[in-house]
Amino acid sequence: MGLEIATTRLEDAANWGRKFSLFTYPFVTACCGMEFMSVAAPKYDIARFGAEFPRFSPRQSDLLMIVGTITERQGPILKRVYDQMAEPKWVIAFGVCASTGGFYQNYSAMPGADQVIPVDVYIPGCPPRPEQVLDAIVLLMKRVQEGRGHSQVRQKRERQLRAGG
Amino acid sequence: MAQAVLDALKARFGPGILDLSSRHGEHVAVLKRDALREVAVFLRDDPAMAFNLPCYCTCIDYLGLEALAPSGSAEPTGYASRTPGDGPGAPDARFALVYELRSLVHGHRIRLKVPLREDDVVAPSLADLWPAFNWLERETYDMYGVSFTGHPDLRRIYMYDEFVGHPLRKDYPKERRQPLVRREWTDE
Amino acid sequence: MAELRKLVLGRKNLEDLDEEQELPSELMTVNMGPSHPAMHGTVRIILTVDGERVVESDVQPGFLHRCFEKESEDATYTQVFPYTDRLNYVSPMINNVGYAMAVEKLLGIVDRVPLRAQYIRVLVSEISRLTDHQTCIGASAMELGAFTPFLYMLKAREWLFELLEELSGARLTYSYVRIGGVSHDLTADFDARLTDLLGKIEVVLVECEDMLTNNRIFRDRMEGVGPLGADEAISYGLTGPCLRACGVDYDVRKDNPYLVYDRLEFDVPIGTRGDCFDRYLVRLVEMRQSIRILRQAMHDIPAGPIMIDDPRVTLPPKQETYNTIEAMIRHFKHIMDGIKVPPGEAYAWVEGGNGELGFFVISDGTGRPWKCYCRSPSFINLSTISRTIRGHLISDVVPIFGMINMIGGECDK
Repeated sequence: MGLEIATTRLEDAANWGRKFSLFTYPFVTACCGMEFMSVAAPKYDIARFGAEFPRFSPRQSDLLMIVGTITERQGPILKRVYDQMAEPKWVIAFGVCASTGGFYQNYSAMPGADQVIPVDVYIPGCPPRPEQVLDAIVLLMKRVQEGRGHSQVRQKRERQLRAGG
Repeated sequence: MAQAVLDALKARFGPGILDLSSRHGEHVAVLKRDALREVAVFLRDDPAMAFNLPCYCTCIDYLGLEALAPSGSAEPTGYASRTPGDGPGAPDARFALVYELRSLVHGHRIRLKVPLREDDVVAPSLADLWPAFNWLERETYDMYGVSFTGHPDLRRIYMYDEFVGHPLRKDYPKERRQPLVRREWTDE
Repeated sequence: MAELRKLVLGRKNLEDLDEEQELPSELMTVNMGPSHPAMHGTVRIILTVDGERVVESDVQPGFLHRCFEKESEDATYTQVFPYTDRLNYVSPMINNVGYAMAVEKLLGIVDRVPLRAQYIRVLVSEISRLTDHQTCIGASAMELGAFTPFLYMLKAREWLFELLEELSGARLTYSYVRIGGVSHDLTADFDARLTDLLGKIEVVLVECEDMLTNNRIFRDRMEGVGPLGADEAISYGLTGPCLRACGVDYDVRKDNPYLVYDRLEFDVPIGTRGDCFDRYLVRLVEMRQSIRILRQAMHDIPAGPIMIDDPRVTLPPKQETYNTIEAMIRHFKHIMDGIKVPPGEAYAWVEGGNGELGFFVISDGTGRPWKCYCRSPSFINLSTISRTIRGHLISDVVPIFGMINMIGGECDK
């Protein structure tokens, strides 16, 4: 009983640390990249949420921001980048093209990045206002704290299977 | 000013020219495919022509285009062109290959149109004359399936190699996807 | 003993070094992949390198192909405007203007677009040109390690975004221009706001120039890197600031003036060597000239309508739409069927941020285009990269690529 409480407390503390230091990998493809630059710029400052410096290698980052349209040709590359990230990892689909394909319903644009990888937070907008992005970051931070991100749930399940089985 | 260009083309390449027209300030020459290379070399090298800036290369698919008859009646006329310079330029052609060139020396422009039949979508490449057409012809090949003979590196440029078909043709449905990777849906 | 030492430790005596031959090396293939911070989104360059030097390269665009042409064949003429926004998304107004001009050519109403609308189109085009060059210089400087000019340019760009948001409702993808005019009139305080902002932007430009133009590191990385001769550049179809940096005086605003550019005074900067540094300087001076154009246009703009008075092209006023049946039907037909454009083919070209941006529109008489091809300068400019990076180091690929200003949406359409 005591051990479980201690583990949960530890888990909470770890999540608290993770949420305030998200290292982003901005997988920038299209117009939303301009709004991402605006979010990172001094006026809307993503640095105050701790997510300031983008790590340009998936191996060193934990938040994959899919910024812009994903085409079918880009799909395998997105999957590879996602697979290269270490757990726990989170994914934000930035913009309506990454969420559902947007108004590009055609042979080349993938109808949403979640066709390839699991997404934690979707940001609608074409492109989304920087305030929407910051709102999404706060939402994600709440998820991280509660341990409900896709990869955290997966990790927890695997740990339980290993402990139980 | 570009009327002189059209006249020179008519004078020199008479049988290879199918039509010459000017409209909206633009000058269009419809050529036979066999005349394309000679005309292109002439346009580039002749000092009075001096078309040194390549503008673009694309293709038009006229499948299903029912142009209105001039009187405005709704009777369809198939591929027939309504005004000079419109339409594929030849009655049985489904495609028209379009090149546009500009001269920075004299300031004139010209659009060359080459009608291509559906079963014979091949054209000579102009990539060795103007290097810009290297990529532009690759794009036309990718999107419309026009094969360019003599092109140094004819492969797809926008779509991936596993893609089957030529998407900008009118008979390719817009939403036919050919995904490379999809994830398996789980409960998480 | 000395021989054994050489064999084991691999050290050579000084006199041996002169006779040493180059070690044979193999060519290596390096992938600067589609997800790369300096690849502005989505271009893959497969480099064949000999050590650090690029021997051959294969530039692969197309990872952002969003089917602009296919989508515009399904949309009405007015519905194509949002698609054109997303072509060159750092200067969206210019795309809107170019497309509107092509359709107006087919309709035969080019001369009847009201003068006020033409001035407004020039104003927003030049503001978009400013945002384009600011993003290009800022992002390229950041890729070379200069983070501060990036933040300063973005600060300036933010002001312009806010100004255009007051005008059109959106920060980035405006869809502001309409066939026959523009959709909204200028706001009441636009003049005051713009004048204020232009003063502030000039200060930012001076600051960035101070940080970059005489900066030893910046100059070393940009000067002499990626030069291209004038004739070769022309045969590659290069246009815009990159061509002007090579010494060729071609600017659509001067050579084929459209809208009201023939009434405005401005200079066109020309470079000499065509290398990255010249391209940077050309863009910087062009920004100053854009500010000059904006001041003149704001001074000269007349009062008047912003939309052509032609029921075949415009929506009726809202009052009438809600109160008369004819206007309601006209509104319905315009929205559902689109503007009926007479059959024909027309090509209209404008000076985009990267060069000659043209729209080749073919109409079949219905309200939807038969074909809407975009002559995208980014795509054609990008094809010069495989020629210019040959012989340079891998780290030179970054400034060369940055100064071409390839915008993914325009390149891959």
